[in-house]
Amino acid sequence: MTELVSSAPMSRAVPGARLRFYAAWGMVAVLLAAFPSIFTSASSLTTFSLVGTAIIFALSYNILLGQTGLLSFGHAVYYGIGAFFAVHTMNLIPQYGLPVPLPLVPLIGGVAGLLLAILTGWISTRRAGTVFSMISLGVAELAVALALILTDFFGGEDGISTNRTKLPAWFGWHFGPQVQVYYLVAFWVFVSALAMYALTRTPLGKICNAVRDNPERVQFVGYDPHIVRYLAFCFAGLFAGIAGALAAISFESANFTDLGWVKSGAVIFSTYIGGTSIFAGPIVGAIFFVYLSLSLSDYTSVWQLYFGLLFILVVRYAPGGIGGTLLMHRMPFRVGGLGRILRTYAIAAVPTLMLVGGFVLAVETIVHHTVNANEDPRIKAFGVSFDASSPMTWIVAGLLMLIGYFVGRLTWRGVTRAWDDARTIASERGIPS
Amino acid sequence: MLELVIISALNGVLYGLLLFLMASGLTVVFSMLGVLNFAHAGFYMLGAFFGFQISKWFGFWWALLLAPIIVGLIGAAVERFALRDIHRSGHVAELLFTFGLAYVIEEVVQIVWGKDPVDYRGPPSLDFPAFSIFSTNYPSYKVFMFAISVAIFVALLIVIKRSRIGLVVQASLTHPQMVAHLGHNVGLVFTLVFGVGIGLAALAGVIAGPILQTQSNMAASLIALLFVIIVVGGLGSLAGAFVASLLIGLIQTFAVSLDGSLASLFGPLSPDAPQFLIRNIWTVTIAQVAPIIPYALLILVLILRPMGLFGTRET
Amino acid sequence: MIPAIEVRAVNKSFGNVEIIRNLNLRIEKGERHAVIGPNGAGKSTTFNLISGYLAPTSGDVLLNGQVVSGLPPFEINRRGLSRSFQLTNVFARMTVWDNVRCAVLWASGQRYAFWKSMDDLQDVNERTIRILEDIHLAARRDVIAGLLPYAEQRALEIGITVAGGSDVIILDEPTAGMSRAETDRAMALIKRLTEERTLVIVEHDMNVVFGLADRISVLVYGEIIASGTPAEIRNDPRVKEAYLGQEAVDA
Ligand SMILES: Nc1ncnc2c1ncn2[C@@H]1O[C@H](COP(=O)(O)OP(=O)(O)O)[C@@H](O)[C@H]1O
Ligand SMILES: [Mg+2]
Repeated sequence: MTELVSSAPMSRAVPGARLRFYAAWGMVAVLLAAFPSIFTSASSLTTFSLVGTAIIFALSYNILLGQTGLLSFGHAVYYGIGAFFAVHTMNLIPQYGLPVPLPLVPLIGGVAGLLLAILTGWISTRRAGTVFSMISLGVAELAVALALILTDFFGGEDGISTNRTKLPAWFGWHFGPQVQVYYLVAFWVFVSALAMYALTRTPLGKICNAVRDNPERVQFVGYDPHIVRYLAFCFAGLFAGIAGALAAISFESANFTDLGWVKSGAVIFSTYIGGTSIFAGPIVGAIFFVYLSLSLSDYTSVWQLYFGLLFILVVRYAPGGIGGTLLMHRMPFRVGGLGRILRTYAIAAVPTLMLVGGFVLAVETIVHHTVNANEDPRIKAFGVSFDASSPMTWIVAGLLMLIGYFVGRLTWRGVTRAWDDARTIASERGIPS
Repeated sequence: MLELVIISALNGVLYGLLLFLMASGLTVVFSMLGVLNFAHAGFYMLGAFFGFQISKWFGFWWALLLAPIIVGLIGAAVERFALRDIHRSGHVAELLFTFGLAYVIEEVVQIVWGKDPVDYRGPPSLDFPAFSIFSTNYPSYKVFMFAISVAIFVALLIVIKRSRIGLVVQASLTHPQMVAHLGHNVGLVFTLVFGVGIGLAALAGVIAGPILQTQSNMAASLIALLFVIIVVGGLGSLAGAFVASLLIGLIQTFAVSLDGSLASLFGPLSPDAPQFLIRNIWTVTIAQVAPIIPYALLILVLILRPMGLFGTRET
Repeated sequence: MIPAIEVRAVNKSFGNVEIIRNLNLRIEKGERHAVIGPNGAGKSTTFNLISGYLAPTSGDVLLNGQVVSGLPPFEINRRGLSRSFQLTNVFARMTVWDNVRCAVLWASGQRYAFWKSMDDLQDVNERTIRILEDIHLAARRDVIAGLLPYAEQRALEIGITVAGGSDVIILDEPTAGMSRAETDRAMALIKRLTEERTLVIVEHDMNVVFGLADRISVLVYGEIIASGTPAEIRNDPRVKEAYLGQEAVDA
């Protein structure tokens, strides 16, 4: 899937590049089509619907964050409006006997997101940077407050629900069985991802990158950065709306929290952790996020805390996210220093895991004392049992953290040295890092 | 009616002063360091909870002294050990970091103190009515809040107008790009300013906690309000932040105490009129609209006066 | 004939400080015009006023006979003026190839197109290749611009400026910070790339200036104290006194 790396320019008129492009997307299509034969259970298909929706949402967010350099705190507004319009459409179609089948409903959601973005975007994108972020948050707060007032449309705290099987059948499909919903979602994921990928390779997509890098200079090659940001904003709204509509189809309902700040936060987390500088980054991030939020909650009651800390650590130590960090290793791979770097990782992993383990032990113990104080002190977190009331637990946690920290510092120095050496070799040979 | 107006005005000004305690730190840090601290309201919340905890152990007056200092030190540490390094990755990374921090603070507060409001009370020595207006007793704790806010406000003014650091802060407000040329100890100044800004937010938390609810969700809605204040006031303008704080404080307080609606003005909606959505708009009370007003104001200001009420730089 | 650039009685103040005072300048089409003057004289500010980066406090700037002062930079660029920056100002996270492509896009009439693939734009890609060959960066096309060595970044800066094919090119100290040899190469490049176009250039190296320019303006403390052919400037007593110093003139 290296073809999905948007930063690497596809060379002009190289036939191989075009072939690789079709091969990669063809493979994605085949995988999507084959998925239900491999994972047959309804629950894994439901999970996929969640993941697919999250992928479109994160990719749409990355049009703003990664491609255009706009950090929005209110992207869920366009997702939510897509969801609500989808639900209303799904209710109106059977009521008026309209000949619109379910697979077209995401389009309605997309148009709703687009129209709202057209409306709010002009002022929001007048400025980039921090001011844009502040305005996006203001618009989001406004939207949530309005949603709670306009109960006829948004259904108040309860939201509104629908029944997707009431729509006219589509070649005999009523979208009752999960596998039919799966194919609907998979189709839209494929089309949306392909469209958003194509967007990065158009003149507008390129100029978005230029606006991200240097909005000032863009003006001196003839472009108005405000219009560029505005168009990017509208596209982001369109695809967020499609994602929202797909969610509404999966859940057969929409709720004001779909517009809200938890949803906006989730898309920021997953996009950034996945990596904003690579097209596939947000896809990885969305899968990672949905997976963690479904699975971590089985292991610990405070998974949100760990997730927030993970996010902070990524911003602090791996600003490229998962995707960017992986891609960073192309350079040592080319100069032949990758083996050594991986070895230093393996060494550093031991004390780092001790540090993390000690920290988690301490947190879980504190959680036991503050949240579940009256329960049995012999608790279990991440499959490990321990006695939260015993002083031994504290000693172990403290020791793990201390040793992990001080030994970890030494071993990470080894990592830094290995990287420095690789960089030196690379610059001697003129290989870009 | 007059009674309501006077009480609401007092409460509105008080709320405005509290907002200014937070907005002032936020806007100074933004101008000097270029960091928009998303976690600013989170530190306000930490102030309230630390205040609650310390006053439970040692009494309110110790809380008033210690909580802002402790939280301020935490803030200074965040600047020194995290933000300074992230600065190299640009403003988006800084903003994302503080966003994550706000999230983590909320989670930590939830873990330690739970999701329900805690029983945080002011000192018993201030538990008497200061004066009464018509039939309403005005609590002396609120008078005390007034005194603290005004005292801090005056102290800030003196520091900014008279001290060397104050001059640096002033210069940075109008010419943010100049701050880089201030000399070798500029890092220390940054840490100090960041810590003090956070400390002020925490102080607001300590004194507001007993009156407003001390609860783990108190930060989330506040930060957006603070952003509105610094944009509406004009980025880099302390005077603007002050006026906008009072404005928002008054609007919010008055709006909440009014329950007029279109229906109460013009009578109930005729059944022949279109109902969908119109019905919602017709019957919504001003009190219910209150949360929207600041954001509507934000958008209005951005359209009509993009540099904010007192701003010199275009936002 | 209508001049390419005409500056009429322009003043520019920052706060209370008047940086540009009653500036008048007339640059004919096809002329190579050098602006010289000590540091802080206001040369970059003049360029900022002409290119729309700043609006004059009073007075007018005309491009090909049309008033352009007050227009945003992209409007002025679309009317045929392109500028470079004294401090390198490229798209740092994009490749050299994409840097130049972005500079070609508007001029090729692509506007904000989101329905065409960049790879299919023959015209854009061919123009980009030509520019890259002109600035000797064809071999570096896949390098991220921010990672280029300084001299190559300066070359890219010039490449971005001329890529759109504007008739009027203004270059702010294109050779700043370059070695002797690099300067010579850069000047040869600039000469070649700006043939048949109007060129306005800020340059400190007097040999270069007198070798290149058809006309020279001398800017001191925000005022033009002399404007004329190299020979006139060489012999202007005010210039000798105010700026050049006797040695430079003898050299
Ligand atoms: N945006 C600005 N704000 C305030 N002063 C400025 C600004 N831009 C330039 N100046 C001042 O204008 C004067 C001229 O600067 P500049 O045009 O860069 O000179 P030159 O390019 O001739 O060296 C300098 O004193 C500089 O400090
Ligand atoms: Mg200059």
